[in-house]
Amino acid sequence: MEAKIETKEEFRVKLKEFDTQSYAKSVRKRDKIFEVLGLISTFLVLLFLFTICVDLLIDGWVRIKDYSFYTSYPSRFPEEAGALSSWVGTIYVMTGAIFWAVVLGIPAGIYLEEYGGKGKVAKIIEANIANLAAVPSIVYGLLALGVFVYRFKFGESVLTAGLTLGLLMLPVVVVSTREAIRRIPRSIREAAYALGATRWETLFHHILPYSMGGIFTGLIIAASRAIGETAPLVTIGALTFIAFLPPAPWEDFVGMLKSPFTVLPIQMYNWVSRPQEAFHVNAAASGFILLVIALLMNSVAFYLRYKVRRKYQW
Amino acid sequence: MTLSLGAKKAIDIALFLFLMFMGAVSVFVTFAIVWVLLVDTIRFFTHPDGGGFPTSLIRFLTEKEWTPTFYNKQIGIWPLVNGTFLIAFISMIVAVPLGLLVAVYLSEYASWKVRETVKPWLDFLEAVPTVVYGYFALLFITPILQKFLEPLGITVEGMNALSPGIVIGVMILPYTASMIEDALKGVPQYLREASYALGASKLRTALLVVLPAAKSGVLSAYLLGFSRAIGETMVVAVAAGMYPQLTANPLEPIQTITGYIVQVALGDLPFDSFDYLSIFAAGFVLFLLTLILNSVAVYLKSKAVGY
Repeated sequence: MEAKIETKEEFRVKLKEFDTQSYAKSVRKRDKIFEVLGLISTFLVLLFLFTICVDLLIDGWVRIKDYSFYTSYPSRFPEEAGALSSWVGTIYVMTGAIFWAVVLGIPAGIYLEEYGGKGKVAKIIEANIANLAAVPSIVYGLLALGVFVYRFKFGESVLTAGLTLGLLMLPVVVVSTREAIRRIPRSIREAAYALGATRWETLFHHILPYSMGGIFTGLIIAASRAIGETAPLVTIGALTFIAFLPPAPWEDFVGMLKSPFTVLPIQMYNWVSRPQEAFHVNAAASGFILLVIALLMNSVAFYLRYKVRRKYQW
Repeated sequence: MTLSLGAKKAIDIALFLFLMFMGAVSVFVTFAIVWVLLVDTIRFFTHPDGGGFPTSLIRFLTEKEWTPTFYNKQIGIWPLVNGTFLIAFISMIVAVPLGLLVAVYLSEYASWKVRETVKPWLDFLEAVPTVVYGYFALLFITPILQKFLEPLGITVEGMNALSPGIVIGVMILPYTASMIEDALKGVPQYLREASYALGASKLRTALLVVLPAAKSGVLSAYLLGFSRAIGETMVVAVAAGMYPQLTANPLEPIQTITGYIVQVALGDLPFDSFDYLSIFAAGFVLFLLTLILNSVAVYLKSKAVGY
C-alpha cells in the first residue's frame, strides 16, 4: 500500500492489482480490533474496582460481620479494637464540613452565575476557584495546620477538621451550583421581573427551588470525596487513639467543637500501617465500610441527577 | 408582599453584598494558602538548625540527602523530588495509554447504552478513598509483584515505588479519561463526516482526525493527571516507604514530598521546631510544582482550537 509510486504506468498496474474488497475487510478488521482493545481496557479498569471491593470484603469479613467492631473503641488488641470513635467522629466532622461547604459554596456559586456576569471581580473569583480545585489536598492540611491549629488556636479539633474538609469541598460545590443555576432558562427570570419581582424574590421563589436538586447532587458528590480524605486530617495532627466520643452537641456545643477526634480513614491508615497482620483485618473492614458509604452517596447523587433531568425539561 | 419598595431595594443590595463577600472568601483561602506556605518556608530558611538564610537555601538545593528530623541534619530536597517524580512517571505509564484507549473507546465507539452504564462506575472509582487504594497497593499489588518477579531473581521490597505508582495510575485514569473524552467530544461532527466521506475508517478518523484536532485538550488532561499523581498522598504514605533517596529503581523504598509531610505530621510538632517548618518548605515545593503544571494545562486548554 505505502510503497512509492514513481510513474503513471506503475500507478495503473497497482490500481488494477488493488483488491478493494480485501482491503475493506482488513480495515474493518483493524477497526474491530481497536474496538475490542478499548472495551478490554475499560473492562480492566472496572475489574480493578471490583477486585478492590472483593479483596476488602474477604480480608475484613470477620470484623465486618462482628457487631462489637462498631461499638468498641480502638485497642492494642486487634480482636478487641473497634471503629466506634472513628465512625462517630466521621459524622461530626462531615456535618461541619457540609455546613461550611453550604455556607461558603452555594452563595459563591449564586454570585458567580446570577450577579457576577462578565465583571472583573467575578473573573478573578472564577479563575481562583479553578486554581483551588487543583491544589493537592495535603496543601489544605498545611493551611489548616499553620492557620487554624497554630495561629487561630483552634487546636486539633472537630472544628478545624470540619473547616478544612469544608474548604476542600468548596470548588466542587461552587461549580455544581453554577451548573444547576445555568440550566434555568432566561425566560423564567424575565417572567418574574415582568411581574414586578425583585432580584432576591426571583432568586428565592424561582431560581433556588428549581436548582435545588442539582445543587444537592453536587453537595453529595463533594461530600463523598471528602469523607474518604485522610491526608489533610493527618497533617493537622488528628490522633488515632481516641477512646472517647466528643460531647453531644446539644449538651456542650463548644466542647464538641474543641474535642479531639478521629475519623474512619485515619483509623484505617493507622491500622494498615501497623506491622501486625491482625490489624490489617480491621483496616480492611473499615475500608469496606468507607467504600459502601461512597457507593451509597454516589448512587443517591446519580438517582437525583436523573430525577432532576426528568422533572425540569425546559 | 407587604414590604415597601425601599425595603425591597435594601434587601436586594444587602443580598448582593453578602453573595459577593461569600464569593470572595475563596480568594481569601488562596491568599491564606500562599501566605502560610511562604511565611513558614521563610522561617525554615532562617532557622538556625538549617544554618541561617543564604546557607540553608544553598544546602536545600545542593545536598543529596533529606534528613531534617535527624540529629545530623541534611536538607537537600532532591531525594523527595526524585521520589515524587518516580511515582508520578510510573503512574503515567499506566494512565497515558489506558486513558487514551478508554477515552477514545467511550467517545468514538461505545454505544449510548455502554457509555451510560460504564460512566457511573468510573465516577465511583474517583470516589474511592485514597487510603483504600493504599491498602490495596500494599497488601494486594505488592505481594503479586513479589510473587511474579521473585522467581525471575528480582527482589521486590515490601515498600516500593512500583506498586503505589501502578495504583495511582489507575486512580487518576477516570479523571484523565473523562477530560480526554470531553476534549474529543468538543471536536465537531463535520470533521468526522468529512473524513468518512473520503473513505477513512473509524479507527483512521479517530486517530488521525479527531485526536490531532483535540490534541491540546488531551495534553492538558495528561498534565492535570500528572499533577494529581504528584499531589497524591495516602497511597504513597502507606505503600512507598519512608526512605528518601536518589534512585531510579522502582523496586526500592522511596519517599515523596507528600509522604514526608504525613510522616512528620504524625509526630508531635511544636510551632517553632525545625521538623514543623520542614514540612512547609517541602509543601511549598509541592505547591509550586502543581501550580506550574496546572497553569500550563490551563494555558493549553485556552489555546485549544475553537471550531
